Amino acid sequence: MSFLGDVALVAGKDLRTELRSRDQIVTLLFFALLVLVVFNFAFDFTVIDFVSLGAGILWVAFIFSGVLALSHSFQIEREQDRIQGILLAPIDRSAFYLGKVAATILFMSAVEAIVVPVSVLMFNYRFSARVALVIPILILNTVGFAAVGTLFAAMTTQTRRSELLLPLLLFPAAVPIALAAVKTTSQILAGRPFDRYASWIALSAAYDAIFLSAAVLLFDYVLEE
Amino acid sequence: MTAAPAGRRAPALLALGLSRHYGPHAALDRIDLEIPAGEFVALLGPNGAGKSTLLRLFATLIRPTAGRLEVHGLDPRRAERAPLARRIGLLSHQTFLYDHLTGLENLLFYARLYGLPDAPGAARAALRAVGLEDRGFDLLRTYSRGMQQRLAIARTLLHDPDIVLLDEPFTGLDPEASDRLHERLGGARAAGATCVMATHDLGAGLRLADRVVVLVSGRLVADRPARELDPPSLGALVRQAAREPDAAWSAP
Repeated sequence: MSFLGDVALVAGKDLRTELRSRDQIVTLLFFALLVLVVFNFAFDFTVIDFVSLGAGILWVAFIFSGVLALSHSFQIEREQDRIQGILLAPIDRSAFYLGKVAATILFMSAVEAIVVPVSVLMFNYRFSARVALVIPILILNTVGFAAVGTLFAAMTTQTRRSELLLPLLLFPAAVPIALAAVKTTSQILAGRPFDRYASWIALSAAYDAIFLSAAVLLFDYVLEE
Repeated sequence: MTAAPAGRRAPALLALGLSRHYGPHAALDRIDLEIPAGEFVALLGPNGAGKSTLLRLFATLIRPTAGRLEVHGLDPRRAERAPLARRIGLLSHQTFLYDHLTGLENLLFYARLYGLPDAPGAARAALRAVGLEDRGFDLLRTYSRGMQQRLAIARTLLHDPDIVLLDEPFTGLDPEASDRLHERLGGARAAGATCVMATHDLGAGLRLADRVVVLVSGRLVADRPARELDPPSLGALVRQAAREPDAAWSAP
């Protein structure tokens, strides 16, 4: 099978198991919506404009639910030592990495597709075409977060306290992408011109490229026991 | 990469001073073992003897802390991984299978991972070989422990590996499935596969093996041809080896 075929095989397996169990997507969605509800009670959005806080609220929900997605994704491989079955197979380990990244992106995107419209309604944001501009930004930054998150999730998966270690290692490394995501989203929601946030988009794109390339090159060593 | 001398076929597995440490604990300590291609070796020893660690080293899942390992004359650290991986099948304590996939989907997933030319055909044939064709469309989580073990055996042999590594393969199997596994392993051996089987079942070990190797506390303490042993003498050998690991037992 080709490299891309192996990537699709791993991602397809994750999607199929998730469609059957629905363990992950329900947890992620519940968690993300809970974040929105908490912020809705914490701030009076009849006084505060959603534009000033919305980007932060959305990315808090996406990043924390993303950590849950990553943790769950590798927990499945840890149970029954399934990751050993993958490591035994004659596939490029970076295909396994990219398959996991692709599945995480899809799970996070599914959550985002529900959470964004719900937040628009919940926080009385006046719907405009600007919201559509946020979509590519969500994709760009979700790719970066999934790329770095999958790398760290794989690194911690064979450790005893992986659930604790993953956020401890991931959050500092994810600061640039989180910062870029929040800044770009808030600038777009506020209707600022492109040149005000172009540098943040460049940062996100560079982050995606660096982490995806580095992880593809290093993933063989990451999974060594 | 190390090549065997001309005219001599490289052993399927060669361990020279092979050690594996976990922190200060030596799971395996300077193991010297040569397993020619086509031989069936039973690996015996008490719990914690290092049998599973040795199988995982042979499967190239972990690296030795010291010593040298060769698989068909190749050093796994230097050789290309994929061709070597295609030649090895490992049945571990864990099944490596996914609860939310059906039996057939699990085998299909592995058949595709191994790049088998007719993955659906190979998956169906493997399912038939372990007598699970009627349950192929059921989710794995509905299988009993014994059925999961049968499916794990099908996964291990799916790609016709020429090195078959088995860790307690008879666990959870009913007598019929046990007989079927004996038959499968006999067939694999007849086809020239090298088998290494860790087991506590002395009868099964002797019935299948050409050679019996006993490990105690990470050390190889006995190495005998199976034909010299019967279950009572093998039981006595294992117990004696566990009591006196320093006695010289290696007398093939």
